[in-house]
Amino acid sequence: MDAIFLQILNGLDKGSAYALIALGLTLIFGTLGVVNFAHGALFMLGAFCAVTLQKLFGLSYTVIDETQKDFLGNPLKVEVSYLEGWFGPEIGGALADWSVPLSILLAIPIMVAIGFVMERGLIKHFYKRPHADQILVTFGLAIVLQEVVKYFFGANPIQTPAPQAFRGALDFGVLVGFEPGAVIYPFWRLIYFLFAAVLIGAVFAFLRFTTFGMVVRAGMADRETVGLLGINIDRRFTIMFGMASAVAGLAGVMYTPILSPHYHMGMDFLVISFVVVVVGGMGSLPGAVAAGFLLGILQSFASMNEIKAVIPGIDQVIIYLVAIVILLVRPRGLMGKAGVMEE
Amino acid sequence: MLGLNKRDTRFLIIVILLTLFTPFLLQPFPEESALAQFNGGYPDLMAKIAIFGIFAMGFNILFGLTGYLSFGHAAFLGVGSYAAVWMFKLLTMNVFPAIIVAVLVAGLFSAVIGYISLRRSGIYFSILTLAMAEMSYRLAYSVLTPITNGETGLQVRDSDPRILDGADAAQYPNLFGLELSQSWKLELASHVFTFNVGFYFCAVVAIVMFYISLRIARSPFGLVLKAIKSNQTRLNYTGMNTRPYTLAAFVISGMYAGLAGGLMAVMDPLAGAERMVWTASGEVVIMTILGGAGTLLGPVLGAGAIKYLENIFSKINENVLHEWFAFLPDGMEDAVIWLIARFTGEGWHLTLGVMFMAVVIFLPGGLVEGGGRIAAWFRRKPAAGAGAGGGDGDGDGDPEHHPKPTPRIATLGD
Amino acid sequence: MTSSKFTRRGLLKTGAAAGVTLATPQLLLAGSHAGFTNAPTGSTVTLGFNVPQTGPYSEEGLDELRAQELAVEHLNGIGDGGMLNTFSSKALDGTGILGKKVEFVTGDTQTKSDAARASAKSMIEKDKVVMINGGSSSGVAIAVQGLCQEAGIIFMAGLTHSNDTTGKDRKANGFRHFFNAYMSGAALAPVLKNAYGTDRRAYHLTADYTWGWTQEESLKASTEAIGWETVKTVRTPVGAGDFSSYIAPVLNSGADVLILNHYGGDMINSLTQAVQFGLRDKVVNGKNFEIVVPLYSELMAAGAGENIKGVFGSMNWNWQLPDEGTRAFVKSFGEKYGRPPSNSAQTCYVQTLLYADAVTRAGSFNPCAVVEALEGFEFDGLGNGPTLYRAEDHQCFKDVLVMKGAENPTNQYDTLEIVEVTPRAQVEYAPNHPMFGGDEASLGSCNAGA
Repeated sequence: MDAIFLQILNGLDKGSAYALIALGLTLIFGTLGVVNFAHGALFMLGAFCAVTLQKLFGLSYTVIDETQKDFLGNPLKVEVSYLEGWFGPEIGGALADWSVPLSILLAIPIMVAIGFVMERGLIKHFYKRPHADQILVTFGLAIVLQEVVKYFFGANPIQTPAPQAFRGALDFGVLVGFEPGAVIYPFWRLIYFLFAAVLIGAVFAFLRFTTFGMVVRAGMADRETVGLLGINIDRRFTIMFGMASAVAGLAGVMYTPILSPHYHMGMDFLVISFVVVVVGGMGSLPGAVAAGFLLGILQSFASMNEIKAVIPGIDQVIIYLVAIVILLVRPRGLMGKAGVMEE
Repeated sequence: MLGLNKRDTRFLIIVILLTLFTPFLLQPFPEESALAQFNGGYPDLMAKIAIFGIFAMGFNILFGLTGYLSFGHAAFLGVGSYAAVWMFKLLTMNVFPAIIVAVLVAGLFSAVIGYISLRRSGIYFSILTLAMAEMSYRLAYSVLTPITNGETGLQVRDSDPRILDGADAAQYPNLFGLELSQSWKLELASHVFTFNVGFYFCAVVAIVMFYISLRIARSPFGLVLKAIKSNQTRLNYTGMNTRPYTLAAFVISGMYAGLAGGLMAVMDPLAGAERMVWTASGEVVIMTILGGAGTLLGPVLGAGAIKYLENIFSKINENVLHEWFAFLPDGMEDAVIWLIARFTGEGWHLTLGVMFMAVVIFLPGGLVEGGGRIAAWFRRKPAAGAGAGGGDGDGDGDPEHHPKPTPRIATLGD
Repeated sequence: MTSSKFTRRGLLKTGAAAGVTLATPQLLLAGSHAGFTNAPTGSTVTLGFNVPQTGPYSEEGLDELRAQELAVEHLNGIGDGGMLNTFSSKALDGTGILGKKVEFVTGDTQTKSDAARASAKSMIEKDKVVMINGGSSSGVAIAVQGLCQEAGIIFMAGLTHSNDTTGKDRKANGFRHFFNAYMSGAALAPVLKNAYGTDRRAYHLTADYTWGWTQEESLKASTEAIGWETVKTVRTPVGAGDFSSYIAPVLNSGADVLILNHYGGDMINSLTQAVQFGLRDKVVNGKNFEIVVPLYSELMAAGAGENIKGVFGSMNWNWQLPDEGTRAFVKSFGEKYGRPPSNSAQTCYVQTLLYADAVTRAGSFNPCAVVEALEGFEFDGLGNGPTLYRAEDHQCFKDVLVMKGAENPTNQYDTLEIVEVTPRAQVEYAPNHPMFGGDEASLGSCNAGA
């Protein structure tokens, strides 16, 4: 029982990442109809916002220490970070420790700006072009972004730990009535789940309860009519693109302590996020979120030894298998709208 | 000739000539010259271009003609490779059984996958094909290792049974005894041209496949496929059942992929699971779009461009750059080399990305349109006829050259 | 396609050019005039360095490339000579190989068998290399080794740790300087016994492909030999990213050691996540829970950061070794690139020197002569002490290092510390060992090509 509960937690956690990425993607892909192969790269850029802040906080000047030797036998250069120099070790150290959560503040403006630039500079010109062209141009963009990141940060994964206070594991089972020690779960993963829930709620509330959201939803349904009503829907779509980019970026920022960021991580998530969006149904935000959590949980269950023993290799293919079954049973995914990207 | 009209015959002859003279065309620079780095006229690359050309041609029948975007075509290529290597292991190192079985197995596999996937259209179809191909890849990589030899890849061994081969039969893939790795070299002044049996074998197959795809495109069957692309719903309303046509197109393109996979195994008897991964499927999509989806020659050009870039640009390291730019003053040399090194050697992916973006932004019809524009410029005609593909000699009035832009913004109701 | 316009002047020019080029046409059967593939004819000889330059292992590939460039400099007599000064064989004198200046070409394996073979083929067919060196995965090593065997040139594998490379997939034209999974197990077992005792229960997480399996098999055998019990072995998909659903069951499985048969990014993620799950703070069966990472690399250690502290693993070589050869190499590498070399860099450097030395001693570039010179070759002074290239399977035998994540690293390069140098005798095995293909495995005969 506790094993199943643990896998549900794992699934919710995996699902949070899938859902967040799919949420951003579905805003762009499921509603604007742009096949955005650079969405994985946005997730990756978000993660590298956290890396950048960590590096900024770790910026240092060198002091030559004659008493110690480096690997060639020369006097050792000791690095002293500016932060600790300015604020003293106490505050400086705390800032560096909290660099991942703090980088949310950095990531929001940066990712929104990247989204704006991408939409205005590139995507805008591709709304009326075939999907094939959109694939080619966004795939090209994704490669360029990756290579730029690789140039600055290298190809090796970079460790970006959570703040000291959240690094350990929590005896979560006790809170829900298990024996002490039965369900121990990492602190940060619980925080990631909560963060995802809040972010998803915020996006839904924004689209549901604001006038802006109403116009955007109307624009998704019938862009032309909204345009005829004298509303500048283009500008709102730009803002929405920025929002999607920020959501993907934040998903990346908060995921860094779980998955050490490397320049290629966007491509790893790209396929999965497309599968999630389509399984959820094109054009449906709740569908994307539901599909994210569903696939996350099923993937966790499929990884259990008891299930792998019956069907070897099931954990490798479960996501795709579920996708096929759902698409064959429900022609437009879980909650897809008719006519969206079906031609 | 051969059931083609005059214009198509001329087109075919040009393609045949271009293919047969590839060893010259890809080897424009003298040996020992600084530009020899850009020569691509060695057997492996030439054969790869022919093979991926076949792959992309087949993909184009499904995507360019019929409008179905499959994201799992690499699975058929992979299955073809595995089938071919197994034939080498079990029967003989002669290439014909391997290729025939590769095509048949890939055809069968694509019939099954096509039958399931074609129940949906649009993006749902794409994701179904993607999911099936990823499943094939992941299983081949791990639990199917007894059949596929997993990550290491299926290889031929001396201990294989090879029941049709005698004791003294050739150890390497051959055409009734003529080994495919055999090459002749022609030294002309400072140029060296290589004529390789394997390349010419692939080239002849590619020409035949090109002829077949030309015939398909011109046939009533091809016309139906184009009609499906432009408006399947209307076709259904006229009482036409389109499923057999789409399935046929899917299986034909799957067999093209299987043939390409078989030829890859023939040129190099090893089949690895990574041939089936989604990026490999994506590569053929990119090749087709890059060259010009829906045109006949475009996919082949796209395949050539990507394979050339992958093999030539990745080998330009900083040492080579230093040799090239040694004449510049020191500071400038370093700056130039730094800049170019970002795009070559370890940075060749960046060139790829920039090229994708540049082509799609400036040449919406792909490389074929670029060729068309250059041709138009030479004819001193205004380049206004964008997409009028003089580049492949395919005739200006051809509807394939005007891929109908599909509506982008989702509309409700259907 | 288009009717190009011929002018009279243009035609004359073309005609003249054609006249020149047609002067000496020769149609030759490729290579028929030489005794072996790509016999060097001019004053230079070309080596091919085939390493991953894109993809997850590109950092490792670039480090290999740096070392290979350094080796070429030393062979050509540029720089301080590095390990040439400490090498026990004195055949090389810094004037290239057999008087020919050494040049090199580079290629990108992309850590994919197909791409690696394409790159190797272009080196063989276009650049006429006589030897290919490098790589960062066993699948690629085995694929390229097979290709070099067919083409008739020498292959020196880079970083490849699977038993199969010199086991069931061994080839006469291929050699491996790197150690293998069996050796890791044999070297680690005594250290683990000392540190954690004989009464332990191990849980394996294994990357689901050939290398992972051979390492799991080797570690299972060697830990069971010291009395440990194997609770479970679980296969994980390559590149899974999130390993939580594989780590969670470890918590209550009754195991008290977790063995991670992962490499590269997979290892960084699985180790980090295992630590997050609190495994290392756990006490099971009255003992502290421990994690073991059988195969280490410097880059993995850097990527895993703090999590690696106190974790045991093994390595082929490390820059902190005190011997003379290592010191000479670290000095010349460090002065050129400002950082210590990784163990895969050392492998590729040493292999380049060994190839050059073998050619010089054989007096020929003929691969069969080189194979003969390398088979059973014993030498010293290239790090790791006295070393043997065994004739039966072309595996290198030398001391193996057991490492531990440093508790207090002083800089970014000493995140690992050497715990023990396991003597060569302890990691040796019979060439027909069942983990290495048994009696069926055979090198075949050497192929000199055309």
